[in-house]
Amino acid sequence: MSKMISYEKKNTPIHKLSGFTKLLFFILWCLTSALTFDTRMLLVMIVIGAAIYKIADVKWKQVSGVFLAVMFFMVINLVCIFFFSPYEGCKIYNSRTDIVHLFGNYTLTYQQLFYEFNVFIKYFTVIPSIFIFLVTTDPSELASSMNGIGVPYTISYAMEITLRYIPDIQDEFHKIKNAQEARGIEMSSKGRLLDRIKNTAAIIFPLLFSTMERIEVVSNAMELRGFGKKKKRTWYSQRPLKAADKAAIAFSVGFFVLTMIVTYMDGNRFFNPFV
Amino acid sequence: MKGKFGIKEVVALGIGTALFVVLTNAQIPLVIVPNTALQVRMAILAFFSAVFGPFVGAGIGLIGHALGDAIFYGSVWWSWVFPEAIVGAAIGFFAKKFAVQEGGFTKGKNIILFILVNIVSNAVAWILAAPVLDILIYKEPVNKVFVQGMFAFFGNILIIGILGTLLMVAYSSISGKSSDLKAEE
Repeated sequence: MSKMISYEKKNTPIHKLSGFTKLLFFILWCLTSALTFDTRMLLVMIVIGAAIYKIADVKWKQVSGVFLAVMFFMVINLVCIFFFSPYEGCKIYNSRTDIVHLFGNYTLTYQQLFYEFNVFIKYFTVIPSIFIFLVTTDPSELASSMNGIGVPYTISYAMEITLRYIPDIQDEFHKIKNAQEARGIEMSSKGRLLDRIKNTAAIIFPLLFSTMERIEVVSNAMELRGFGKKKKRTWYSQRPLKAADKAAIAFSVGFFVLTMIVTYMDGNRFFNPFV
Repeated sequence: MKGKFGIKEVVALGIGTALFVVLTNAQIPLVIVPNTALQVRMAILAFFSAVFGPFVGAGIGLIGHALGDAIFYGSVWWSWVFPEAIVGAAIGFFAKKFAVQEGGFTKGKNIILFILVNIVSNAVAWILAAPVLDILIYKEPVNKVFVQGMFAFFGNILIIGILGTLLMVAYSSISGKSSDLKAEE
């Protein structure tokens, strides 16, 4: 089974920040990355991301599997962009400088390379923030943080339940899969498409039905304990915001505003070095 | 069923999302186009939407996709997260009509409605919303994102149409049996 990123308890400045701060940072960071296409800002984001990654003391082993998966995806994606539209960069930057003619209608240009480089680092800026968020945030603190930024507590609680039950359901998935394989049902990628769907169904059916039972049990238990009777609730693992949290929040907001100003100052989200 | 977000919905959203995330990896590879294998989890999304309504559906699509991406791929493709919520919400919108838990989903009429909703909502999500968001956020080439969208569209209507329908029919015929007792009006 593939590797998952999970929380690890440590004592770094990043771990000490409250979950609320990290969630806010994560959302603002994603938003910043989505809105800008300015190469300079994207590079700055990568540097900051790498620095926080270093401070948070994330071990390479924890994230390497996932990192390789995302790299693999990005390489395929970049190759695809080139084959579907080899002159996208020329359109964006309004100029064309050929490097080498490849074949047929495909010519490698500096603009295309630069454009694909931008797409690459744009994906790349999000990755450290996710690693850091998942590795340094205690799942049980997440619900209280979400509630803190104004998400209704029922939704926050649902999120908490999700994180609590992912390992359980994963266990069950493996159990059922092993049992079905022992009964001789082929799970590899051989066979026709319809057979493969049928074989997958052999896992999904029992898994889904046991999940429905679990929902019944858990919701009955919660009902018995009076969940949802009041408008508000308190959280066991909520932490008050400290000075470091306020500084981190101020930095996230400030950086977002700065990026927007730098990006849109010239009326265009692209940084164009070709003019 | 009450219209508001009760305990059952909270738990269904939580555990449904967990199941959705776990099944992120249970993909049936289709063709070599990035990110377009048959997503088994889409059948689960359709199932939970049809049983628990639009809020649970949209929530599982939104949180499940974002969390699944983050945990397994270390990145979140927001342009593909929101369309998933559209599919969940659209199917969930007809939850009362499907009457899965009441045992009503064994009728041909409901199944046909489900398949129609499936096709229309996936068309809106993957041929319209996902490519447009891809272009807005990542400025990817128009023809590439539409080809990707088309693959996702066919993959999803296939898996939801076959596996999703089967799951719902099976569940409906089991859970419907115990509804011989009727509450007094």
